[in-house]
Amino acid sequence: MKQVFKRPNSLRDVPFHFCPGCHHGIIHRLVAECIDAYDLREKTVCAASVGCSVFMYDYFDIDVCESPHGRAAAVATGIKRALPECFVFTYQGDGDLAALGIAEGVHAANRGENITIIFVNNTVYGMTGGQMAPTTMLGQATTTSPFGRDFRREGYPIRMAELLSMTEGTAFSARVAVNTPKNLMQAKKVLKKAFEVQLRNQGFSFVEFLSSCPTNWKMSAEQANQRVHDEMIPYFPLGVFKEKSETDIL
Amino acid sequence: MSKPKVELVNGNEAIARGAMAAGCKFYFGYPITPQNEIPEYLSKHLPDIDGTFIQAESEIASINMLLGAGATGARAMTSSSSPGISLKQEGISYMAGSEIPGVIVNMSRSGPGLGGISPSQGDYFQATRGGGHGDYRTIVLAPFSVQENYDLTIKAFDLADQYRNPVMILGDALLGQMKEPIILRDNKPGKFDKPWALTGAKNRKPQFLKSLYLNEGDLTQHNWKLFQKYQQMKAEIQYETYRIEDADMVVVSFGSVARIIKSSINMARDKGMKVGLFRPVTLYPYPEEILRRLSQKVHHFFAVELNTGQMVEDVKLSVDKGSRVDFYGRPPGSIPTPNELFDEIQKVYR
Repeated sequence: MKQVFKRPNSLRDVPFHFCPGCHHGIIHRLVAECIDAYDLREKTVCAASVGCSVFMYDYFDIDVCESPHGRAAAVATGIKRALPECFVFTYQGDGDLAALGIAEGVHAANRGENITIIFVNNTVYGMTGGQMAPTTMLGQATTTSPFGRDFRREGYPIRMAELLSMTEGTAFSARVAVNTPKNLMQAKKVLKKAFEVQLRNQGFSFVEFLSSCPTNWKMSAEQANQRVHDEMIPYFPLGVFKEKSETDIL
Repeated sequence: MSKPKVELVNGNEAIARGAMAAGCKFYFGYPITPQNEIPEYLSKHLPDIDGTFIQAESEIASINMLLGAGATGARAMTSSSSPGISLKQEGISYMAGSEIPGVIVNMSRSGPGLGGISPSQGDYFQATRGGGHGDYRTIVLAPFSVQENYDLTIKAFDLADQYRNPVMILGDALLGQMKEPIILRDNKPGKFDKPWALTGAKNRKPQFLKSLYLNEGDLTQHNWKLFQKYQQMKAEIQYETYRIEDADMVVVSFGSVARIIKSSINMARDKGMKVGLFRPVTLYPYPEEILRRLSQKVHHFFAVELNTGQMVEDVKLSVDKGSRVDFYGRPPGSIPTPNELFDEIQKVYR
């Protein structure tokens, strides 16, 4: 019988610690599939982050450097400059990239740093127990916005893919979702493009994944997928916001 | 033998040139007075050796770029001055925890807060007690001349690689801004095996560098391992003594103050006072055992610092009970003259 699906080589054969219905596992797999697709497993170094994705080095069968919270883009810069022949990416949540690490993210983008940032937006701080994130939706109740996010008090959810598309050094910026099989297939195509941008030395590439967090949203996995569709996608539209052509010079 | 190559060099530039002599190919920094000649020199000269210079968006980004480059096994450096060094502490703690080598230069200025740009030794505690969160140490080297700025920077890279640990150069505005002739070394950078380096998992198993240990017992074990390393660093203790053979009082000073007070000690000697100098070059590990043995012979110590009392605590911890330890400190804002320090020596001598 023909094998149509298997665990990517770049993922270890260990169970994820992620909660049921969380999208991190899917996004991990997509990233690993892309590493395999371009045969990068032996020349990849990842700058991991702090949050639910902190245990990446337990799951990915690649070299991984832990980064202080928010600083993955700076760590990745140091790695990539020292190892320009390696594929270097970060994997960061919304607290990590959009709050603490926004300066490092914006400046890595603006330098045209030839790295790829995988950004996971689930509108909440997952690991610490469901506090408000910079991406928390208006009206969304969290443990630190118990009355719902109010723009007069807490400002607005931040759109990172659009923001990072604005710097000249950004070669590719996009937002995808994995809440449906169709979105997931599209997400992989987009992620591959981001990989190719780095492999062509075109500069900074960025892919934002809308992700669910059933535990902290207090929803079933199914309801959480539905929320991605009903609430998140209308505010965080899917699409490619910046794409330099292959002939563009930085 | 060929004549040594001597050049008149600014103190900060000497650090930059020491780094290049040590084979440093990566520099990440953010401008701050009084150390700007370091990034300025390296921005111009690192490209000559296919090196990389990045002016980062912050000291925080700089230290994390250093962490990333160090994780690949590359020789890399960052530099700053006191307020910027405070910002780097998070990254230094992670480097210590993940055992990533790197060289951090603090050409310190006065504080607290924005303070001023004059020389100060107010960062002694921060440098020697770890500085960031957690129970860790960095090797701290304190030069007192432009030549030592150069030589100790070269040494810092070897120590960082040998111990897989961040190493700090603690100078100050005076040491950064003065010019002196120095001998330039024909240095062969030390070669160190780095099987831990992240280079892509080719022909080996993937590996990682991290400081997170959540399983019961793992973090305890990791901290004990680091502690053992800090104990081994004692082999690197370096110090200078000056006119202590017959001394009945020993001045203890480091860095630029030690330099100034040598003249004051000569003045005291001319007046018949038997005064000598003990100058720690490694501030961590501190030469406590050497001082303790010295205190069995000499019973009067006089710590002099450009702060209101920091290293004096290490002097008190080192010497035998019964030794008298006097202190003269001066908050930042002005540099003491040899005459002024001679007056202070006179006040406490006998």
